Amino acid sequence: MNPTRIGAVVLRQYYLYRSSPQRVLPLFVWVVLDILLWGFITRFLAQVSHSTFNFVPALLGAVLLWDFLTRVMQGITTAFFEDVWSRNFLNVFAAPIRVSEYLAGLVAIGVTNSLVALVAMFALAWAVFGLSFVAYGAALAPFLAVLFLTGIALGVLGAGMVLRLGPASEWLIWPIPTLLSPFAGVFYPLSVLPAWMRVISRALPPAYVFDGMRAVVAGHPPPWGALAIGAALALVYLALAGAFFAAVYRYAIRTGLIARYSAETVT
Amino acid sequence: MPAPALLADRLCKSFGALKAVDDVSFQVAAGEIVGLVGPNGAGKTTTINMVLGVLAPSSGRIEIDGLDLARDRSRALAVTNFAAVYAPLPGNLTVEQNLRIFGMIYAVANLRTRIGELLERFDLVRYRKTRAGVLSSGEQTRLALAKALINRPRLLLLDEPTASIDPSTARDIRAGISGIVDRGDCGVLWTSHNMYEVEAVCDRVLFLSRGRILLEGDPKALPRQHGAATLDDLFVEVAHEALHDGTPGRAEAAGALPARPAT
Repeated sequence: MNPTRIGAVVLRQYYLYRSSPQRVLPLFVWVVLDILLWGFITRFLAQVSHSTFNFVPALLGAVLLWDFLTRVMQGITTAFFEDVWSRNFLNVFAAPIRVSEYLAGLVAIGVTNSLVALVAMFALAWAVFGLSFVAYGAALAPFLAVLFLTGIALGVLGAGMVLRLGPASEWLIWPIPTLLSPFAGVFYPLSVLPAWMRVISRALPPAYVFDGMRAVVAGHPPPWGALAIGAALALVYLALAGAFFAAVYRYAIRTGLIARYSAETVT
Repeated sequence: MPAPALLADRLCKSFGALKAVDDVSFQVAAGEIVGLVGPNGAGKTTTINMVLGVLAPSSGRIEIDGLDLARDRSRALAVTNFAAVYAPLPGNLTVEQNLRIFGMIYAVANLRTRIGELLERFDLVRYRKTRAGVLSSGEQTRLALAKALINRPRLLLLDEPTASIDPSTARDIRAGISGIVDRGDCGVLWTSHNMYEVEAVCDRVLFLSRGRILLEGDPKALPRQHGAATLDDLFVEVAHEALHDGTPGRAEAAGALPARPAT
């Protein structure tokens, strides 16, 4: 892989962010709103329940971690959409950049965006609602790693879907995290789900993270075995997403899809 | 003997039952400008897309500067570049940003200097910090050409490069491209519907119709060889015959055209 070509993909996005506040604001605005909304909900729940249970790391922390996954995914898909919106595919794919280099650039953008958002989320949640990530202990790093890998896999999957189905299909990509969240058990233990939903949950790496997070908050040791399963699943999905994108790219080259990409068609 | 800038060997591309390109073979030598002309739907853009590596041939082989495009795609495309009216550069980046990003993608050495040279050559210095999307169509064409030359390509593909610019600028661009080619290290495949331009610029012309090369030769000599007054007249005649009755025309009868296969 040529780092200069990967750098070109990242630099392009940097230029866009530098000159466009409307691209920078969404990195923070939704995150801030989520933190505020769920922060006050947790305060209210703590007041009315008169419980010793600490809602802050269980609910607000869950929101924060889920937003982190969403940011990773959207960082990748949005960078890809920039090439869709500016009809730049022909210029990019008729150049010597390899698919792996292009994807590496998108992932680097997703990483940067999500880390920026994560720091902002941490700072706000700590300053306003007293959320301390010390509560998660040593498990925080694997929690973030699993969510991070899952976000990358979802982002690459989304980019592949849009490449295959056409520009209009971006509207199928935005809701993917929302569709997954009921199965991931972001706010509740998987045990409350019906059996058929739990089957799906077990295939989702974030479900292991959020179950593990609740265990740690409840004072239990981190479920390292379950986290290892989640990490393994995330790695498998990442490999599958990369293979999916590569297969779609080969299909696009075989059929001429890239050359006529602006047409909103799946054929 | 040096490898040609472009070797297309028995290229075919089918979309279902439609043969968009049918057994097309040609070469572009370094230092040569080859015109690829034909009516709409003749297969010109399909051919160019295959050479650019964004469309896989159904069969056949493409070599760019001796590099097999199918097997050595990245290296082959590193010595290729193109400009086409249907592939504008991102309008939300400035002229300089576009050139820097594509210069990095093409791994251009001394990129800052190269960008400066191209801004000068295409009279874009004053637009260095201007977003490409607000440039006039002529300025955008000049930017696309600057990007197309950023890696000093061995093969340059130009798809109607002067289609949207005024005659004076078009003349300057033709002279500029000819000057680059005259140095002998770059071959150009040039498509155009402007036969006067083809005659003025191209060393050789390929007439493409229904995915096949019907006619090939020196654009200045071809009309006379086939009893036409001008290249424009010859184009109209060949296109008309090929499109409407599919039978050999005067040019084919004169032995210059391959017989069309029964369809």
